Amino acid sequence: MTALLEQTKDARRRTRRSRISAFDSAMGWQSGWSWSNVIRTILIVIAIAIFAVPFIGVFVGAFDASPTSLQFSIIPKQFSFEPWKAAIDRGVLRFFLNSLVIVGGGLVLQIATSIAAAYAIARYRFRGAGIALGLFLLTMMLPEDVIAVPLSQVLGSIPLLGLNLRGTVFAVILPVAAWGFSTLVMAEFMRDIPKEIEEVARLDGVGEFRMLVSIVLPMSIPALGVATVFGFIMIWDQYLLPLIAANGPEDYTLTVALRGFRQDYDTGSGVLMVGSLLALLPSLIVYLLLQRSLVRGIVSGATKG
Amino acid sequence: MTLTDASTPAIAGAAKLRHSWRGAKPWVPWVFLAIPLLFALVFKFIPLIEGIRMSFSKVQPLLGDQFTGFDNFARVLTDSRFHEAFLHTVILAVCQTITAVALGLILALLFEGASRKLQIARTVIFLPVVTAIAVIGEVWRLILQPTDSGLLNTILHWVGISTQQMLSDENSALFWVGLVGVWAAAPYNMLILLAGLVGIDRTLYEAAAVDGAGRWRRLYYIALPGLRASLSVILTLAAIRSLRVFAEVFILTGGGPAGSTEVWMTRIYSIGFDANDLGLASAAALLLLLATMILTVLARWLTNRKGAQL
Repeated sequence: MTALLEQTKDARRRTRRSRISAFDSAMGWQSGWSWSNVIRTILIVIAIAIFAVPFIGVFVGAFDASPTSLQFSIIPKQFSFEPWKAAIDRGVLRFFLNSLVIVGGGLVLQIATSIAAAYAIARYRFRGAGIALGLFLLTMMLPEDVIAVPLSQVLGSIPLLGLNLRGTVFAVILPVAAWGFSTLVMAEFMRDIPKEIEEVARLDGVGEFRMLVSIVLPMSIPALGVATVFGFIMIWDQYLLPLIAANGPEDYTLTVALRGFRQDYDTGSGVLMVGSLLALLPSLIVYLLLQRSLVRGIVSGATKG
Repeated sequence: MTLTDASTPAIAGAAKLRHSWRGAKPWVPWVFLAIPLLFALVFKFIPLIEGIRMSFSKVQPLLGDQFTGFDNFARVLTDSRFHEAFLHTVILAVCQTITAVALGLILALLFEGASRKLQIARTVIFLPVVTAIAVIGEVWRLILQPTDSGLLNTILHWVGISTQQMLSDENSALFWVGLVGVWAAAPYNMLILLAGLVGIDRTLYEAAAVDGAGRWRRLYYIALPGLRASLSVILTLAAIRSLRVFAEVFILTGGGPAGSTEVWMTRIYSIGFDANDLGLASAAALLLLLATMILTVLARWLTNRKGAQL
């Protein structure tokens, strides 16, 4: 992946110096006027339209005093905060807050547990290390969808404790902490930190916990970035889990609650658009801030299979 | 980073020290592992075991569960609505995967390049990947309104196609569900294929040009073979993911109209949470888990074998 970034950088440097060479892309795109460039530009514009129009429509719809129809339009008719008023009346902010609490709590817990687990797997040689790693891999084979029915039973009555988590934010926060993905990302990265650094610290009398917090963790920042952006987007994307974790519609996260906003007597699709916009913004912000980490994570994960 | 130089005697001594010192406290890693493993146990493995147990029982909340052997599995395999759900899931998985990979490849070829403009364009194209599936589903449900004023119907009118019923039409609903899936998945494929394209050796292109190969021959003989690894990864991931498709279908159609878009997961949902037949739903979920596991192992085996041949 670093090779990818390097090459992109290289290529960019080359572009600044000279015109794009025919050997810089598989299709041999070159700058300057040519029929193939005209076709390419047209296709790019169409592609951008196809992928951007739904998002523009959400922004427009959230601020448009359109008639009570269920239209989806990218041309604003009359600017208005009417949809926002209606959406706030219908509790959109409460659902939004619920989502934020869940994604915040879930992410912190998920990252904290995976740092601890990854540290143990990557930095110690001990009997059972392979089994531990295998167990975390296995959690990735068991997404919430596949175990939804028994999981909802477990959430209704936690084994041994008999606690009923359903209807609380913990019914979503705790299960997402059990995802093995972040653990594997962190472990892979921590494994590459040179042992000698740790050994010198050990000579200085650094203990187990401080070794993790002040030596290994600061060196694992890139992996933390990947785990954070993936964790955020995946928790925010959850649909079935918050659905089965709720006692009723009042416990829904914003994404699940959107369903209830489909029609509004006064604003048509306006309330749904406000809800969608709010459900869109956090992932958009995280994406724009941590774009490099996201790309790095996807590409490295994909090439390893 | 001079610390990484391990040849000094002090560090060799440290290595020895570490060994004996670590051997003395073998429980230390388990302290770090305890809580993460507890979470995995309670929220992953206990549900899995519970699911296996329930799939072999008739689940009766008050009377106590009754062991029924393979009864639930037999019911899943003979249920005609599960047959239909299976068919829809496979059709959707195959068509959607192939189309999304093809579209991803076209996008990757189109958007390959290092200019600032292209980078911004790629950022826009990539938006669906980071957007919650619920938002995608709800917005597309509106775009696909079956009325004359629906956005897609309006666009279709421009090119002379009459108003379509889209998600409300039994015969075409599955197609439109698949289309939304392609829209959501293609940008992800684009990113992975772009990474594959960047990794292809530039001198191969120059050599091909010297040999007189045009752009399409170059694409066919150099770029596509160079993308083989990326393509096989995408295909496996997409196939496994699309077997578990749930939220898009649940939001767009809820499995309707008249069960025409029912997939395996929506069927499990309605059996498990609406009809409350936990045994039957667990058996169906277990079969899904087995299918994805077999697919994963098969894919890994195939890629390894290909790797060995190379």
